[in-house]
Amino acid sequence: MLRIASLYTPSRAVAEDVVQETWLGVLQGLDRFEGRSSLKTWIFRILTNRAKTRGQRERRSIPFSSLADRETDPSEPAVDPSRFQSDDDRFPHGWASPPASWDEVPEERLLSTETLSKVEEAIAELPEMQRLVITLRDIEGWSSQEVCNFLDISETNQRVLLHRARSKVRRALEEYLASEEKAPA
Amino acid sequence: MTEDQTLTCQELVELVTSYLEGGLSDVDRARFEEHVAACDGCTNYLEQMRTTIRLTGMLTPEELSDEASRDLLGAFRTWRA
Repeated sequence: MLRIASLYTPSRAVAEDVVQETWLGVLQGLDRFEGRSSLKTWIFRILTNRAKTRGQRERRSIPFSSLADRETDPSEPAVDPSRFQSDDDRFPHGWASPPASWDEVPEERLLSTETLSKVEEAIAELPEMQRLVITLRDIEGWSSQEVCNFLDISETNQRVLLHRARSKVRRALEEYLASEEKAPA
Repeated sequence: MTEDQTLTCQELVELVTSYLEGGLSDVDRARFEEHVAACDGCTNYLEQMRTTIRLTGMLTPEELSDEASRDLLGAFRTWRA
């Protein structure tokens, strides 16, 4: 909740206020909750409304759906096109420099704080909607339906945003793990 | 997809999320899996994407600071009173 509130508010302190206000709002409004949406969606709607109100002066008021449109267009390849063979090569659009297997990477390095912080950095650098979608889906464990309802975006846009976000995080990991390999032990 | 029936590696990487989300048609899924079965590069790529998702899932949702938790508990107490 804090993560989402922070998207709208200028500081962490304000975001914490918003989370607190949200819980109070939830408790006070619980008898008005009609079960037309899931409780979770309802709570997060209260959260975003409060966060928007608090953050309005500093922040934008562009709806998620237009932001999503903006971030899903123009097209953006998941993998650098230079890693594939060209039309004139033997296997056009096949791998020219294929990705390595990560099976050889020891589990303790894969799960190290350092690797995880690379993942966190890569997510922090994503455009807002991609960051929101990957956060809700892959960190918070929401279903795609919940994310679509909550952000009021189409299933297609949700998938494109998730795809771009995951692809960029993979890219960052690949770069990081490859550089680790070359470094002296 | 393409005019012919085969899927190139460059096309495949764009379908990985749809594949993992169960969003491909039966025909497209079969083509996807056929390609992966015959291609080491794409096998590794798919594996890397799965690992990426697993590692992302290990990031813990941000915790409330101690101060905020105390405030929150205080607020609950007042509300119930």
